[in-house]
Amino acid sequence: MKYQSQRVAYWYFLAAMTLFGIQVLGGLLAGWVYVSPNFLAEILPFNVIRMIHTNSLIVWLLLGFFGAAYYLVPEEAEREVFSVKLAYLQLIILLVGTLGAVGSYLVGIHGGREFLEQPLWVKFGILVAAVIFLVNISLTVLAGRKTAITNILLMGLWLLCLLWVFAFINPDNLSLDKMYWWMVVHLWVEATWELVMAAILGYLMLKLTGVDREVVEKWLYVIVATALFSGILGTGHHFYWIGTPGYWQWIGSIFSTFEVIPFFAMMSFAFVMVWKGRKNHPNKAALLWSLGASTVAFFGAGVWGFLHTLHGVNFYTHGTQITAAHGHLAFYGAYVALNLAMFSYAMPVLRERAPYNQVLNMASFWLMTGGMAFMTFVLTFAGTIQTHMQRIVGEYYMVVQDQLGLFYLMRFGAGAAVVLGALLFIYSQFVVRREVVKPGPVAVPGE
Amino acid sequence: MSEIFTKSRARNVFYGGSIFFVAVFVALTAQSHLHITRTATAGMPLTDEVRLGKHVWERNSCINCHTLHGEGAYFAPEVGNVMTRWGVMDDPEGAYEMLDAWMAAQPSGIEGRRQMPHFEITEEEMRALSEFLRWADQTDTQNWPPNDAG
Ligand code: HEM
Ligand code: HEM
Ligand SMILES: [Fe+2]
Repeated sequence: MKYQSQRVAYWYFLAAMTLFGIQVLGGLLAGWVYVSPNFLAEILPFNVIRMIHTNSLIVWLLLGFFGAAYYLVPEEAEREVFSVKLAYLQLIILLVGTLGAVGSYLVGIHGGREFLEQPLWVKFGILVAAVIFLVNISLTVLAGRKTAITNILLMGLWLLCLLWVFAFINPDNLSLDKMYWWMVVHLWVEATWELVMAAILGYLMLKLTGVDREVVEKWLYVIVATALFSGILGTGHHFYWIGTPGYWQWIGSIFSTFEVIPFFAMMSFAFVMVWKGRKNHPNKAALLWSLGASTVAFFGAGVWGFLHTLHGVNFYTHGTQITAAHGHLAFYGAYVALNLAMFSYAMPVLRERAPYNQVLNMASFWLMTGGMAFMTFVLTFAGTIQTHMQRIVGEYYMVVQDQLGLFYLMRFGAGAAVVLGALLFIYSQFVVRREVVKPGPVAVPGE
Repeated sequence: MSEIFTKSRARNVFYGGSIFFVAVFVALTAQSHLHITRTATAGMPLTDEVRLGKHVWERNSCINCHTLHGEGAYFAPEVGNVMTRWGVMDDPEGAYEMLDAWMAAQPSGIEGRRQMPHFEITEEEMRALSEFLRWADQTDTQNWPPNDAG
């Protein structure tokens, strides 16, 4: 750790990983309700479980991003964080808000827009925390060295915080409500968060592979340009059937197809940097997660996104288990795995334990990634059958669902593997002190 | 190649292009806003009752089980066209009675069947909820869903 203030990141990562645990346990519970529908039905209905599952996901990813910013900005800007106190204050506000939200969901107090169910006071808390963060991190950057990485990271974070304003805008007209709702949901994951992802990935590549900064930074601007050029108008793929004009069918189909490009570029970037790199960094787990994140993001967001993004396809698959399959793999690859890559890189430094080889961490990568891939496959099969029987044949929803039991059982099994992987990851980060497998001699160049 | 396509060029293309796409998007959003209010949802007035119904829908977080115009959770049936499915789209009183009876019968308690919770909803609110669902159903959704199954 070069700068003392980087230490705040540790607490952000700790909070993020705790919520990560809650998130996957909530998901497992929801998956179990699909298998055994009467389970807890009267005490904890499905909608509340789902809210906890999705909200804790979003909050922990954001905590991870904030933590990553506090970790990497001092190194990039070559100075301490403007105010460590503000950083802790921000974290406390976010944690109080999170606990408040979960508590109020459990007693049945919540909003009614998917993902934005937080009570109003929590939404304001998030806004305040976001402002504190932006001030703190911007002042740090302005006073220090400016790099493309901090530039893109800050731009992504500023824009995503600004878009939070749409969380407060809930028109009475349902179609307007839906249209503006996507300004948070789509323009987060398919525009602003991609900037954050590219910046963090660029930083990790710089550290892990030792490639020239100049090369990394040029790649980054190309990646984020393709992300925004496609992702902004790509919002149209959600404006096909909600009361918005018909021209979105063409704009949405065309531009969201281009959204595959930035994800392909990020995957290529990661692999090319590793090939070109001269450094043999000992933290293999961070490298595995970085390559894994960019690859799975390409499949989850790129391939599974394209699968249902053309309006002629989406007409039939809209709002089926296909959507659930895509949502899971995209979030996992792009944002969960990326955050875990950052944690894997930073935690050994923050805990001042020389980079042990982290075999347990790497095992957790395969367990989680295997589980998520399996879940995506079975949900895609379920969604294909659902689409055919319900949307083409016209069978009633509940009748079709009765046919899908086997897939939901397999989804639960896959979910159990993911939970095990997540717990193993958390254990490997916080408990393990030594190398579990003794590394071989220092690598020598091959013949 | 690398001399012509420098980092600062790449950055300027990124900034300039992004501003352009944001501008186009804002213009199309404004046009879509007008299209929604003047055309797509103009089939039924947006009354206070419909507003109350939307509030009831939100307070109970129906969206975390059901889809509405295909968005939401995938645990329970689509409700954007439920009034059509029930054949009460043009019959507000019948719609209310159907919905009221449906909600009163939940949870079904049938073993092995997904359960819909019991909700505390007054008569006024139930009428509003039914009007809200009729209002949603009249939206011009470009002929989605493909059939009444939703
Ligand atoms: C990392 C990036 C991405 C994430 C995290 C993500 C996540 C999601 C989620 C959670 C939903 C469901 C939203 C809801 O509740 O209604 C969704 C819907 C959708 N996504 Fe993505 N997505 C990503 C990228 C993409 C890309 C690149 C494409 C296109 C190539 C795409 C195409 C779609 C489409 C068409 C839908 C609507 C599905 C429907 O009609 O039901 N997504 N996405
Ligand atoms: C007040 C909010 C809600 C309203 C207005 C509502 C409305 C409806 C309607 C109209 C149906 C019948 C659909 C059809 O026949 O096509 C239905 C079915 C269903 N709903 Fe809801 N719902 C609400 C909340 C929920 C919640 C929160 C859950 C989950 C915890 C849920 C779970 C279900 C299930 C499982 C079915 C199918 C039940 C069966 O056929 O046995 N609903 N709902
Ligand atoms: Fe999207």
